[in-house]
Amino acid sequence: MDGIRMLPAGEQGLVVEFGQTIDSGINSRVHQTAKLLNQKIGDAIFEIVPTYRSLLVYFNPLRITRAELIQQIEMILVKTESYLAEEVQKQVVVIPVCYGGDFGPDLHFVAQHNDLSPDEVIRIHTSHPYQVYMIGFTPGFPYLGGMSERIATPRLEKPRIKIPAGSVGIAGSQTGFYPMESPGGWRLIGRTPIKAFDPQALNPFLFDAGQYLQFEAITEEEYRVIDRQVDVGEYSPVLRCHAKGGSGI
Amino acid sequence: MITAIKPGMFTTVQDGGRWGYQAYGMPVAGAMDRYAYGSANLLVGNSCDAAALEMTMLGGTFRFDVSTSIAICGADMGALLNGMEIRPWQAVQIAKGSELVFSYALSGCRAYLAVQGGIDVPLVMGSRSTYTRASVGGFQGRALRPGDVLSIGEQQGLQGMARSLPTQFVPRYETEISLRVLLGPQNDLFTAEGVATLFNSSYVISSEADRMGYRLEGPKIQHLGKADIVSDALCQGAVQVPAHGMPIVMMADRATTGGYTKIGTVIGPDLTKLAQAKPGDTVRFMTCTDADAVEALRSEREIYRQMHQMFNADKEKKGFDGQGRHFDITVDGRKFSVKIKER
Repeated sequence: MDGIRMLPAGEQGLVVEFGQTIDSGINSRVHQTAKLLNQKIGDAIFEIVPTYRSLLVYFNPLRITRAELIQQIEMILVKTESYLAEEVQKQVVVIPVCYGGDFGPDLHFVAQHNDLSPDEVIRIHTSHPYQVYMIGFTPGFPYLGGMSERIATPRLEKPRIKIPAGSVGIAGSQTGFYPMESPGGWRLIGRTPIKAFDPQALNPFLFDAGQYLQFEAITEEEYRVIDRQVDVGEYSPVLRCHAKGGSGI
Repeated sequence: MITAIKPGMFTTVQDGGRWGYQAYGMPVAGAMDRYAYGSANLLVGNSCDAAALEMTMLGGTFRFDVSTSIAICGADMGALLNGMEIRPWQAVQIAKGSELVFSYALSGCRAYLAVQGGIDVPLVMGSRSTYTRASVGGFQGRALRPGDVLSIGEQQGLQGMARSLPTQFVPRYETEISLRVLLGPQNDLFTAEGVATLFNSSYVISSEADRMGYRLEGPKIQHLGKADIVSDALCQGAVQVPAHGMPIVMMADRATTGGYTKIGTVIGPDLTKLAQAKPGDTVRFMTCTDADAVEALRSEREIYRQMHQMFNADKEKKGFDGQGRHFDITVDGRKFSVKIKER
C-alpha cells in the first residue's frame, strides 16, 4: 500500500512506517491513522505512539495475531487515504510568549545571525501556526514543523545545564518549548507562562501531536497575569479552529 | 506504615508501568523485572500490578509499624528480619515493630519488596510508578531517602497461609546471559555482517546500565550507511545502535522516541534476565522468530496463572459447586489438592 511498511518491534509491537523523512503530508497521515486506531484501544491493541513518520502500535499477541492486526490497520489506511483529500480542520492551541529580555536571552543573537531586528524575529515566529509533528524527548516536549528558514539559527555549542520550564527556543530550523526544566542547547527567544505538562491535572498535557500551536507575543505584565492564573488553576488555554488552506506549513 | 531507615542505593516505588501516555512523551517506567515484581505481589495475595519497592544493588533497612505479610523476589540481598535470615521467593509474616535489613545483591541486581495491600502512593496518570527524571509518580517523584514513611494499601490479601514459589519457578541469575532478539524495525539499515556480529559475539554490560537503558561493549556492529534516522518510537527492549556500533538495550525509563537505528528488540520475557544483570556481566544475543517470541510470552503468562491458582487455592475451594477441574500439585515438598472452578 503506497510504500507503507509494517515492521516488527518486539512481540508486542508493530511499526507502521509511512516514510523516512520529515514531511507535513506524511505526518498528517500518521496522525489521521492514529486517531482512527485509537478508537480500537482495548485489551488487544493497548497503546499507540505517533511519531514524525510512523506509528508504534502496542498489542497483545495472545488476543490478536500480528497478521490480524496488520489486516485491521490496512482497512484503516484505505480510509485515511480518502480523508486526507478532504478539507481538514486545524485545531490550534495559542501559546502566549513574552519574547526577549531575561526570558529570551538569545533573541538578539537570533536576530543578528539572520540580519533581522528582534521585532522582525518575533513577527516571523508568530506569523503562522506550527504543526505538532511529534511529542517526545521529555514529557510534553513538542517537535514542531514549519518554522521559517529566515529565523533558523544553529544550536548553542555548549548546551545550558538548566533551562526554565516554558522557555521557547530555536534549534536549526526547528522551534519549540521546554514544558519542564531540563538541560538543552536551543537558542532561547522567550518564555510562556502556561504549563504544557502538569502531572497532577485531570488532563496532564495541553496539546496532542497532530494539533497546531500558534505563538502570540505578550508583554511582561501580561505574562505575570497569566502566570498567576496558571498558578491558581484559573487559566484556560485559548483554542482556535482554522480550515486548512494552502499555507506554507 | 513502613519507615525507610536507610533507603538503599536506589529504591523506588514501581508498578506495572504508566501505559497510555507515550504519545505525549511520557515514558512508561514500571518494574524493570516484571517477573520478580509480579511473583512478589502474587505471593502476598496482591493483584499482579500492585505497587512494590524496587531496590537496586544495595537494599535498604525498613521498620514496619504494622503486622503484615511481605514477599521479596528478584536479587538475593541477604534479607534479615529482626536479625534472622529470611528466604526470597516466599511470603513472610511480619510482626508490628519488625526491622527488615537488606545488604548487597549476592546474585541478581534488583530486589522487589511487595507488601500485602501494596505501597500506597497517589495514582499519577493511572500509575504509582516513579519516573525520577521528570519527578513523576511514586513517593514524591523520587528515590527513597532516609526517614521516608510509606503508607500501605488496604490489606485484602490472603491471611496466614504459608506460600512459597515452587523451585521450578525460581530463576537463577547467571553472570552470562543469552537474550532472544526479534529483528527489526531497522535491521535493513545494517550490513549482513553487522547482523551476524550481533548474534555471534558476546557483549559486556558497561557501567552505564540503569533504568533507562543498558549500554553494552563488544564488537562493533556495522551499519549499511548512516546510523541516524528521523526519530521514531522506542519500545521496551529495543536494541539501538548509534554510529559507534555498540548496542544499547532500552529499558523501563527509556525515552518514548529516539533517532538511532534499532537493529532488533529483546523479547519481553527475556528482559527479566537483563534487568537482573550487572555491569561486567556478559550478554549474548540469539535470533528468534515472532512465533517463538509469542510462545515465550504465552508461557510467562501461564506461569502467572498457575501461581495465582496455587496461592488462591483455599479461596477457590469455597465457592466450589462440584463442577470444574481437580489438580494435585506439590509446592515446596508439600502436597496440595486444588479444585478449579472455571468461569
